[in-house]
Amino acid sequence: MSDSTPHGFHSTGAEGPAIGQDEWVARHADVRFLPARFAVVERRLRGVPWWAWLTLFVAVFCLFPIVEPSGYVRQVAFQTVLYMLLALGLNVVVGWGGLLDLGYVAFYGIGAYAYALLDSPHYGIHLPTLVSVPLIVLIGALAGLVLGLPSWRLTGDYLAIVTLFFLQLFQTVTTNWQNVTGGPFGILNIDPFGLPGGHKLQPEHGGVFAVSYLYVALAFFVVVFVALRLLNNSRTGRAWRSLREDPLAAEAMGMPVNWLKLLAFSCGAAVAALTGSMYAALFGNVFPLSFYFVTLITVYTMVILGGSGNQAGVVLGALIISPLLEVLRDADKSRVLFFVALVGGLVVLGRRNRRIAVVAGATLVFGFVLHAIARMIDGRWVAGHPGAGSFARFVEHWVIAPEQPARWIAPAAYVGVIGAALLCTVLRGIVRDVALVPTIYLGAFVWENVMLAKPEPARYIVLGVILIVLMVIRPNGLLGERRVEIV
Amino acid sequence: MDQFIQLTVDGLTLGSVYALIALGYTLVYGVLKLLNFAHGDVFMVGTFAGFGVLQALGGPATPKVPIWLVITLVTLAAMAVCAALGVVIERFAYRPLRDAPRIAPLISALGVSFFLANSMQLLFGATPRNYDLFQYHGGSLYLRGLHIGGVTVPLLRIITIVAAFVLMVILWFLVNKTRTGKAMRATSFDREAAAMMGIDIDRVIVFTFILGSALAGAAGVMFSLRVPTNVSIGFIAGLKGFIAAVIGGIGSIPGAMAGGLILGFLESYIQGYVHGAHIPDGTQWSDLYVFSVLIALMLFRHQGLFGRPDIRKV
Repeated sequence: MSDSTPHGFHSTGAEGPAIGQDEWVARHADVRFLPARFAVVERRLRGVPWWAWLTLFVAVFCLFPIVEPSGYVRQVAFQTVLYMLLALGLNVVVGWGGLLDLGYVAFYGIGAYAYALLDSPHYGIHLPTLVSVPLIVLIGALAGLVLGLPSWRLTGDYLAIVTLFFLQLFQTVTTNWQNVTGGPFGILNIDPFGLPGGHKLQPEHGGVFAVSYLYVALAFFVVVFVALRLLNNSRTGRAWRSLREDPLAAEAMGMPVNWLKLLAFSCGAAVAALTGSMYAALFGNVFPLSFYFVTLITVYTMVILGGSGNQAGVVLGALIISPLLEVLRDADKSRVLFFVALVGGLVVLGRRNRRIAVVAGATLVFGFVLHAIARMIDGRWVAGHPGAGSFARFVEHWVIAPEQPARWIAPAAYVGVIGAALLCTVLRGIVRDVALVPTIYLGAFVWENVMLAKPEPARYIVLGVILIVLMVIRPNGLLGERRVEIV
Repeated sequence: MDQFIQLTVDGLTLGSVYALIALGYTLVYGVLKLLNFAHGDVFMVGTFAGFGVLQALGGPATPKVPIWLVITLVTLAAMAVCAALGVVIERFAYRPLRDAPRIAPLISALGVSFFLANSMQLLFGATPRNYDLFQYHGGSLYLRGLHIGGVTVPLLRIITIVAAFVLMVILWFLVNKTRTGKAMRATSFDREAAAMMGIDIDRVIVFTFILGSALAGAAGVMFSLRVPTNVSIGFIAGLKGFIAAVIGGIGSIPGAMAGGLILGFLESYIQGYVHGAHIPDGTQWSDLYVFSVLIALMLFRHQGLFGRPDIRKV
């Protein structure tokens, strides 16, 4: 571990390490996110018990659809709860067990496909929900046991790749075994969840997303959250942590390492399968590609962003990433988001370095000047239409937006901005500040002219960038504990 | 018999592509002990770089320069682009994490892979790109060639196989006969000890990434001479290359070569002989067999054919 404290985080090691904690570890672990003057607030907040936070959170989430009657927003909220569940499950395997499971979304798929086969006209089986959902959780747990078996012999990279093979196997089977899984065309017309009285929970109510699914999902979320929380605070949870920190030492201390690994895999898989059944019941169809690499990376980004190993953290990660992906679908919203993120980033940087304010001002001027020059040379260079709204009009006067850019412009600008941004991370001092001005402007240009046109790859690019940047500057995420490898 | 020869040639071509990809994995793994998930996507970028140069030279039907020069330039360009990309990835995504827990660079590599695949889709779209070299000169590259039994082995296949072997010989020479190669082997054996002996570890690692990525670029061109490329081949190609590296024993250079060929033959024969393994619409059951064999191999002999079992010292 490099022993330099990341910039911007204040280290307060005055109180000394807790009992039983290694001094060196404590020095590295005690890297605070908030400035020291918030320490009192932070300590107060830490004093609030976790169940109070959970109650508050769920209450806010329950009130949310009453305030916001739009079906689209409700559906996004529902998806967010699904992602929160997935992140909780993955957190068991990766965050607590320390096992890199790249086959995780296959269990999500297994849950969805199991529900699709047990409750749909595909085979004419219509099991009651109260039977099928526990059955699916069981199937998921068993599948998790099976995939967990390789972890007896393999660790680290090898385990990661075997689990990835498993995901690929799942994908190959669902795509090709057409009689059973419907192949690439999936399974359609899956039953919604049913209540014991024979009442069906319809996903839509008068054309608007029905709120009942959101509540069902939230109920499952609470159950899973509490169950995993209790599990983590038990003997098993402590054993998992010892497994994560040092499997060899744990084994030497008499921990049943292999069984612990299986249990972690199995718990994660059961949660994923449960989530999958909810997915299938709500959307009414399953396709192989819904459970592939993209979903895997999304869930991983959530867990890493929030802080792997911290339950509240991974939920927070899902709360950030899931709406973010939705916002990035829409050009107008993602334009605003870009500038908000830009200003936010500059403010954070500016706390450390006052010159950043000058950089921001210079960028603003730079943009207007460049825009004016471009318009003088050729009106077509600025003839692009960025969209509606007063904000878009500001952007129209600031960012050069060619009407029909030449084909080489997009790749050149894109590669250019990546190169410039990477260069800025290497440069120091005044040179860096000067280089930042054109870099930011080029970034805005690329966002406006290249990224907004194709939201589908663009939002995944954002996801990939978040993942890389997080790993490099803050691998413990927002709320996670900094892990230190003692060599 | 004809089918057997056909499949053997196919397997040999496919295998040499896999071997080149596998070498990239193995080299990086040997030096950094890092599973470079992004390697498959570097390969994919290579296929596109080659395509770009091919178009710049006037396209396959009407090249401005002789065909041998076209193929050489396309390959060299792809190798150069990939090498540069590899260096950038190493510098910014892996180097800051060199001393982090082992899970960190793996996740960073996943991010890089995802980023590259989607960036290419953003810039160049999802349409497949076809090198279409058989258009050249009335298809002379495909119709002419060696006659073995009743089968014609196209010139293009022969070029691919020969080029792959030439590259492997060059690699073998670099690793075994030069000073830098010696430094690489030392680093791979024990990084800290090598650093204490005065070897510049950063330089060795950068050199390794250049070598591995350049080979991926060459593999990209050879791959695209067989089938059209698209932005999402990186994932599968990377998996296959990794499998090849594991079969031979990851970290071992002859292992990667042998592993690639074995995987190529395996895939080719399964597609040819196992009933229903290959359905013409592109869905491949053969992957299922390959992956199953692999999982079994990983479980029972994960050090591969040529690797040594890793002994953990405590």
